[in-house]
Amino acid sequence: MSPLFPTLLPELALGLGGMALLMFGVLAKGNQFITCSLASVALFAVTGVFVLLAPAGVVFDGLLTTTDFTRYADVLVLLGAAAALILSLDYNQREDIARFEFPVLVVMAVLGMIVMISASDMMTLYLGFELQSLALYICAAFARDSLRSTEAGLKYFVLGALASGLLIYGISLVYGFAGTTNFAALAKELNASQGAGYGTVIGVVFVLVGIAFKISAAPFHMWTPDVYEGAPTPVTSLFGTAPKVAAMALLISVMMGPFGHLLNQWQVLIEILSIVSMAIGALGAISQTNIKRLMAYSSIGHMGYALIGLAAGTEAGVQATLVYLAIYIVMSFGVFACIIAMRRKEQAVETIADLAGLSTQKPGYALALAVLLWSMAGIPPLSGFFSKLYVFSAAINAGLDTLAVVGVLTSVMAAYYYLRVIKVMYFDSGSPDFDRAAGGVRLVMLAGALATVFFVFIPGPLVSAAAAAAHALMG
Amino acid sequence: MQVALSHFLVVAGLLMVIGVFGIFMNRKNIIVIMMSIELILLAANINFIAFSGALHDMVGQVFTMFVLTVAAAESAIGLAIVVIYSRNRGSIEVEDVTLMKG
Repeated sequence: MSPLFPTLLPELALGLGGMALLMFGVLAKGNQFITCSLASVALFAVTGVFVLLAPAGVVFDGLLTTTDFTRYADVLVLLGAAAALILSLDYNQREDIARFEFPVLVVMAVLGMIVMISASDMMTLYLGFELQSLALYICAAFARDSLRSTEAGLKYFVLGALASGLLIYGISLVYGFAGTTNFAALAKELNASQGAGYGTVIGVVFVLVGIAFKISAAPFHMWTPDVYEGAPTPVTSLFGTAPKVAAMALLISVMMGPFGHLLNQWQVLIEILSIVSMAIGALGAISQTNIKRLMAYSSIGHMGYALIGLAAGTEAGVQATLVYLAIYIVMSFGVFACIIAMRRKEQAVETIADLAGLSTQKPGYALALAVLLWSMAGIPPLSGFFSKLYVFSAAINAGLDTLAVVGVLTSVMAAYYYLRVIKVMYFDSGSPDFDRAAGGVRLVMLAGALATVFFVFIPGPLVSAAAAAAHALMG
Repeated sequence: MQVALSHFLVVAGLLMVIGVFGIFMNRKNIIVIMMSIELILLAANINFIAFSGALHDMVGQVFTMFVLTVAAAESAIGLAIVVIYSRNRGSIEVEDVTLMKG
């Protein structure tokens, strides 16, 4: 048992900071959106430092555990959320949804994500999961005068609530048939009893389905395109990054931790999820005209690739998934910065055809988007190629050749729709006449594109951090 | 007749199935969907209480308290979203929630 104070510092900082921001926003006069947003970004930076400095350990009688694995995922979550807040600064003001509650909700959602990443008991897992979900339902419906945003919020709420209902039902079965909710005790119990009973296995399947909803793995992806399209774009960029990483980290820690001995039972399920997600991601996006919907299918496909590493069930596989997630969120917030910059005469436009002729008017912007999309398609030497390389080689080393073959085939299909966007930008005639993007948006766009291009020269730090994280979980 | 653990589990399983079908088969009203969600959560609660009694372990009951709290917060947020939706759309029929498709 570790002392509460230094080990729990990141969660305490986020929780207290979020509540302080809420009080400040309520009590201060005038619109405090900008102040609260910048303070939240600063809070994320401070929390990130705490995450790196706080000693690893177990607190609250085994309810929360911090290791190198949780550190890695925490940093990615904080990075994604901070980027989404920076993107929201300008967008929310122009769309007249600049209310201070937005950054406060994002802080609360991030607190939920960090709790669920560090959870080592079903109780903390559920509470973190719900804190995250409840805050994100409100974020999706944040443009409350827009029919599309409220419809997105409604759909996200109904399907998200169903997912958490399935999750809690699964947890209740696991608790009943294995007799405990603690991860360490569960791992021991499921190991000792010579393979788990049917009740436990059914419970594990329910838990898996609940989490699969959150990472939008097909066939539990039906909310994703609508929510991505309807929600305000900064919220979409948040959905595409931080919650995906948090839910995937949770999935990894649950499947490898307490249910690690049931690998034979769940491995085939993860393989199916992965193959179906990759296929839906590749096929569903082909006919899309709205770029936010296209990104939704793209994220479904990417989650399929990330699941390959988990399906391998090895330390190298987990490491590959973690590297994949890091590279994915950097590409993702870069692309969303480009989408947020698509504004003409103070109106946000979001169809792919609106990009026609961009390369002649704004060559830098077009190049950044082209680089990011090339990387998403997995074209070397950009970072997206290496992330796919890691998961495919992990799959082949674990003997899952089918997954690797399907992965390569679907990424060829997916390359078609990424390249189609690039073709529209470079070879179709048109005059997008986009407004000049705000500084923060251009900063995020540039950061995403540069990280994508230069990853090939310095892959070492990321790969070794992921290796340490995977070792902390599995070793 | 003695009420055994399996009876509780069957009731909870039925409630769970009714809840899931209520979400997917229902073509009328969003409020009915919210009631179905509550049913699923209550099914899990019955499971927890029944297991807690059978295992002589308090964790299940503590868990139920947390689930009840979360369910209350969830309905509050869900109803708030339904209110702003009906303000924009002028209806809460499930068939009308079709602005975005494909």
